[in-house]
Amino acid sequence: MSDLNKLTIVQAYEGLKKKEFSSVELTKACLKQIKKRNQDLNAFISVFEEEALEEAKEADKKIKAGKQEMLTGIPFCVKDAICTKDRLSTAAAKILDNYIPSFDATVIAKIREQGAVLIGKNNCDAFGHGASNENSMYGPVKNPHDLTCVAGGSSGGTAAAVADHMCIFGIGEDTGGSIRQPASLCGIVGLRPSYGRNSRYGSMPMASSMDTVGPLTKTVEDAAIVEEIIAGHDVLDATTVNEKVAKFSKSLSKLSKKLRIGVPKEYFELEGTEEETKNIIESKIAELKKNKNIEIVEISLPMTKYAIPVYYIVVPSEDSSNLGRIDGIRYGVRKEAGNLYDTYAKTRAQGFPEEVKRRIMIGTYALSAGYYDAYYRKAQKVRTLIIQDFDKVFAEVDLIVTPTSPFSAFKIGEKKDDVLAMYLADVFVCPANVAGLPAISVPAGKTKAGLPVGLHIIGPRLGEEKVFQLAQLVIPTAPGAGRDPF
Amino acid sequence: MYLMKLSVKEIEKIATLARLELSEPEKQMYADQLSVVLDYIEMLNDVDTSGVIETCQVTGLEDVVREDKAQEASEEIKNKLIASFPEKMGKLLKVKAVFDDQT
Repeated sequence: MSDLNKLTIVQAYEGLKKKEFSSVELTKACLKQIKKRNQDLNAFISVFEEEALEEAKEADKKIKAGKQEMLTGIPFCVKDAICTKDRLSTAAAKILDNYIPSFDATVIAKIREQGAVLIGKNNCDAFGHGASNENSMYGPVKNPHDLTCVAGGSSGGTAAAVADHMCIFGIGEDTGGSIRQPASLCGIVGLRPSYGRNSRYGSMPMASSMDTVGPLTKTVEDAAIVEEIIAGHDVLDATTVNEKVAKFSKSLSKLSKKLRIGVPKEYFELEGTEEETKNIIESKIAELKKNKNIEIVEISLPMTKYAIPVYYIVVPSEDSSNLGRIDGIRYGVRKEAGNLYDTYAKTRAQGFPEEVKRRIMIGTYALSAGYYDAYYRKAQKVRTLIIQDFDKVFAEVDLIVTPTSPFSAFKIGEKKDDVLAMYLADVFVCPANVAGLPAISVPAGKTKAGLPVGLHIIGPRLGEEKVFQLAQLVIPTAPGAGRDPF
Repeated sequence: MYLMKLSVKEIEKIATLARLELSEPEKQMYADQLSVVLDYIEMLNDVDTSGVIETCQVTGLEDVVREDKAQEASEEIKNKLIASFPEKMGKLLKVKAVFDDQT
């Protein structure tokens, strides 16, 4: 069988079960694609060829013994800002250029317990700071659909790797759109779960009150499968909720009642939204409207325009505090200097890229004496109003639909020096983070230039099941084999 | 609050607090960029938040506790942690003196 790397999780599971191919063959197919394409895409910081083939052999033994689980023998990749045991985890910053964690993040441990094959670690914006992957100290990731364009960020390498069939699925991290926006720009599915649904343990902290870990996949069904495996309470993350995790993949086509879907008018009036993106999303919504089980209503989220300014106070503040521990003292790359202060300052100056330093400074300023009330506390109050906005709307509708990104993939370098323009790339995705809501991006179409456009579905807190059900309606068919399924 | 233009001197103070060494061109660049960002953030002042309680977390969880019990790490993990020290003396982590008058 050729092109095994193009399979979905479901297809790979079936093939392994029927012994049509082995995990070693599947892993080799992915490694072959990485060898062929990574020099162009720069989607991986590390590729674990030898170790992956060892893991694949173990998985084949497990399958042979009749102990196959859903992810056994399936190659996956992980954003480099998530810790993986005995595997380099740099967060795409030189300060962690030599950091090898002694543990797996809880989410990764759950996947590896099933015998999935960790094929490599993905390039990303350093410590998750960015929307274009240009903030990596290992170079930008290129979009598989157009090598002159960005892959999105911060989980851009993971999105590019999955879209380009370098692995079967990937795990990313989303604080303000970092899973959904690159998924949209690369034409795949990306889920940000409700805050507290998946353990954050071992995901390098950025903004602790908004960070989430989630899957990037080729189909909605695959995303549902991964999510039901990685979700759940974790004693190592006190913010995880002890709620039962539904079998999302089993209820994808089981809409129990008519769905009322809200379309926020503010999101479509926003200046700077690309015309083609708007048209694709609007025609997708018109298509959904024809379904007799779906009712589309216009809604209003007036506080939504404040989500970005709230985000850019809360996130840098929590960032500056979290990144205080990244100082080259106990691990990482230390730059020795005459005294302790200079050692800290030089280590951090050389080990962090520009955007990380920018956020650390915004946060340090916002939290410093005299400014805390004016910035951080004020932002946290507006955050309450944004949540109330969503609560009001979710009393009326089941789900909210918006574009994922105001524009399709832009040229590398185009927005790099315009800090605010880059921050606004997350305008549709970051309100879900501010409010802790689950949201998914699914491919909705392509621009004339052939660049993917994603549709964004936001659900109420812990409402992943309905989010998946609507997502499945948007792209109902599993993609067949092909370099570009969408 | 009024529009605030950060000076290079203020950037130096922030960088000192944040333990970041900056070059002269970097100081100017961050002064300009942080001013733009802070100016943008000012729009939050349009929102009336009197009587609004701030959101510090969204889960609704309260008082998450566990038994205060140390968990012993295995020798293997201890050795890995020690191996990742940037500088060491035997099994000890070597760092610069915290106080200037000592070496």
